Amino acid sequence: MQLSAGARREGSPWTGVWAVFLKEVADHLSSTRMRILEVLILLSAVGAVYAGARTLQQTVSEDPFLLLQVFTAAQDPLPSFVAFLSFFLPLAAIALGFDAINSEYNRNTLSRVLAQPIYRDALLWGKFLAGLATLALILLALFLLVVGLSLIFLGVPPNTEEVARALLFLLATLAYAGVWLGIALLFSVLFRSAATSALAAIAVWLFFALFWGIIAQLLAQAVSPYDPFRPESELRQAEALVAFSRVSPNTLYAEAIQVLLNPAVRSLGPVLITQLQGALLGSPLPLGQSLLLAWPQLTGLIALTLLLFALTYVLFQRREVRA
Amino acid sequence: MVIETQGLSKRYGKVVAVEDLNLRIEAGEVYGLLGPNGSGKTTTILMMLGLTEPSGGTVRVLGLDPVREPLSLKKQVGYLPDSVGFYSEMTAWENLAYIARLNGLPRAEAEARIARVLERMGLAEVAHRPVSAFSRGMRQRLGLAEVLLKEPKVVILDEPTLGLDPEAAQAFLQMIQGLKAEGITVLLSSHLLHQVQAICDRVGLFHKGRLVLEGRVEELAQRVLGGAYRIRLGASPLEGLQARLQALPEVSRVSLEDGEVRLEATQDVRPLVARTVLEAGAALHSLALEKPSLDEVYARYFQEVRHAA
Repeated sequence: MQLSAGARREGSPWTGVWAVFLKEVADHLSSTRMRILEVLILLSAVGAVYAGARTLQQTVSEDPFLLLQVFTAAQDPLPSFVAFLSFFLPLAAIALGFDAINSEYNRNTLSRVLAQPIYRDALLWGKFLAGLATLALILLALFLLVVGLSLIFLGVPPNTEEVARALLFLLATLAYAGVWLGIALLFSVLFRSAATSALAAIAVWLFFALFWGIIAQLLAQAVSPYDPFRPESELRQAEALVAFSRVSPNTLYAEAIQVLLNPAVRSLGPVLITQLQGALLGSPLPLGQSLLLAWPQLTGLIALTLLLFALTYVLFQRREVRA
Repeated sequence: MVIETQGLSKRYGKVVAVEDLNLRIEAGEVYGLLGPNGSGKTTTILMMLGLTEPSGGTVRVLGLDPVREPLSLKKQVGYLPDSVGFYSEMTAWENLAYIARLNGLPRAEAEARIARVLERMGLAEVAHRPVSAFSRGMRQRLGLAEVLLKEPKVVILDEPTLGLDPEAAQAFLQMIQGLKAEGITVLLSSHLLHQVQAICDRVGLFHKGRLVLEGRVEELAQRVLGGAYRIRLGASPLEGLQARLQALPEVSRVSLEDGEVRLEATQDVRPLVARTVLEAGAALHSLALEKPSLDEVYARYFQEVRHAA
């Protein structure tokens, strides 16, 4: 439809966002789902700190980044805190978003709500922001638990740079959770049944968590095959592999936190020996340089979230109100 | 003019839901949008609220365009959907409080209004119970309470009596009539023609997306049934009686149904009929005047359309 300058729709698309946001946050916080997530938070925090502390107490060498080690250290049966987060957060985000819109259809509340003086934008934004705020709350609780417990167990206060890196790590994790919330929200618009939407979202998650690594390898081999007589073809294949695996938000997130939590990481992807000339291996990068290294991954995650939200928005605008 | 449509139409692909609709509804009227399921009533209502976009033509509600000015329109128009749902884990009060916030009502004002509308709909005692425990009738009343919450100028009700038992339906219709007394314009849709005909000032009959008949109930009966007076006669023996009754100048139609004679006449000819029966030497058992029902108007109209085709 053609929009002339005088025929803009009136008012602000934000009318009512706050009301929707408050209601959805209240719903999330009082739901049974949240109780389950809270138990998971507590278990994971305790497990992570236990594993981290056990590992660290056995180390005798001096380490200026003890707090960051708590996040990444793993004790054999237990995964590290970071590994646990990258596994648990997509599920939490899906749990908060998979029935956002279709439940309004199924409870016959959508037409009633949209008959109020708000735009559809407000409903979608309110729900998305409420999910994100709830996830931020979970993350912050988890983070403070881990930091607090590690203070008790280790007795070493973190320095400024550690805190800054930990907060950046929190931000990256929120962006990663945003991607999965976006996927869950998209499926909640796409599928009328909540069960289908949840299954589809979990299927996407499994696809990226288990299968994408294998597929990326096959793709890399197909696109630039290894030729034993041309050594540079091996490098090209390795580069292709990195490029393909970066399609997955999991890879982007893993790379971003690897750089942020481990100051010794100075490059992602293949590095030639000639490029290492003059580098002091093992010495930490300053925070600004680490952030610069993780920047493409961070912006990639945020851009992916926005893209998913925009797609959801377009689909929802075109959806008929009637079931 | 409160609601006005011109050449309004809606197509879903090749399916025509509403075609070339011209409606004019005056302030303070109760207008019934009637017709069978799937005849385009709900689509028309959704277009009036800007919840679905017309494929052609224009709608104006209170002079506002639902596509371009939906916010100021929806501030003044209350809508009760056909299958009304609430957040069942929340109480009646909380459900209304959410709607009040969406309408941007200040807190104190909202609380006063919620108390008032719940009281009016007889739900004050269950205000703090979760909606999941509500019966269908209570939900419907809560829906109307929500509509009144924004103190609307126009109320649009989609199948308001659907799923209610006859008693609850009557009570609900009386509440709707109460709105008219306050000067609120009411547009309601229904496929239960006989149920709503009593409270509608004017009705429009829908058939396959087109408005085929419009006017006051009596006018329509006059126009379609050929006579507004219908008389039911019980007499025996019936032999020869039919021809004699048919011969009366005021009688337009005579038919036999379940051992009774049904007459259609342009006037109340009961005395004349009684005399005719007695003069024929038959015994008169019963004689009653029937009010025309919209169901019959509808059925007869489509019978005639089909015959003509």
